[in-house]
Amino acid sequence: MRHPLLDAAEASSLREKPLRFSVGDTVDVHTRILEGEKERIQIFSGVVIATRGSGTREMFTVRRIVSGQGVERQFPTNSPKIAKVEVKRHGRVRRAKLFYLRDRVGKATRLRERAPRKGEVEPKDKA
Amino acid sequence: MPVGLLGRKIGMTQVFEEDGSRIAVTVVQAGPCVVTQVKTVESDGYEAVQVGFLDKDRRKASRAERGHVADLGGKKQEARKQAGVEPAPRANCEPKTHFREFRTDGEEHGLSVGDELTVEALADLKRIDVVGTSKGRGTAGVMKRHNFSGQRATHGVKRVHRHGGSIGQSADPARVMKGTKMPGRYGNDRVTVRFLEIVRVDAENNAVLLRGAVPGPNGGLVELKHTTKNRHKKSA
Repeated sequence: MRHPLLDAAEASSLREKPLRFSVGDTVDVHTRILEGEKERIQIFSGVVIATRGSGTREMFTVRRIVSGQGVERQFPTNSPKIAKVEVKRHGRVRRAKLFYLRDRVGKATRLRERAPRKGEVEPKDKA
Repeated sequence: MPVGLLGRKIGMTQVFEEDGSRIAVTVVQAGPCVVTQVKTVESDGYEAVQVGFLDKDRRKASRAERGHVADLGGKKQEARKQAGVEPAPRANCEPKTHFREFRTDGEEHGLSVGDELTVEALADLKRIDVVGTSKGRGTAGVMKRHNFSGQRATHGVKRVHRHGGSIGQSADPARVMKGTKMPGRYGNDRVTVRFLEIVRVDAENNAVLLRGAVPGPNGGLVELKHTTKNRHKKSA
């Protein structure tokens, strides 16, 4: 069993409002990046293909295709560098890890859209 | 921090810095500890403060263990009193499971029996030393025990991939030098990690977060002490 003191130690590093998205969603990840003195927001958009870990070690993987090349990026879910995660589209998936998408190209990478679940927000400005 | 603290290693996790970087931390439950004995040159031949940590069930503690922390009275003590011998001061606390001494030779610590030490004592410190007992690894080979490189996987190496190789010369000196590194018992040793950074002190939970690893298994006893690094440096 996990010791309660470990949870207490992690508590201050966790988000007050957890990010809401699930595997299969198409998302925009807004990350704060420092350019010299100025901070600006960079957006990485793609499909969430996996989440792993718990507590402060929780990570999620986003996959997108950049000029014909598959690119995956992992983000620490609770990092203060992630300003927000915007859900663009809910995808209907039947497994927790979508690694099979790596072997697919073009039209085959599409996921069927599903209706928002209870308590989920309607995806904004569908592209 | 007065003298030192006893604690229990809880485990490791990671926390975020403000700039988004993650740091690995060890959570240590430190204190509250009770001063159970103050040793002096006159009575013991050296100076030290004995500190107790974690309560022990009274039913499971022997009479000696209970008598060490509280005044139990008794015929013998009565007789000694009448002979004019003052009983030693007692902390009047629950029996403890762990005791450690911290040497205080010649320094002014201002502690007396019964004083309580808590993590708050660490609040104004940046770095400390941590002493623990490393995980026992039993009989270990030279690669694990002494960081030898082993031998190749191919090129004619047979069945000796994790061996140490030669342990000396030939007819002269015709013996193995003392201290030659060989396989054997590894771990379960007292290990000190110096100059560990204190990331955060959580007084509410009696916990302290230390940057990096601390020797021993989760649940193991650790001593937290003033760092001995830079102790000869003159403070500016």
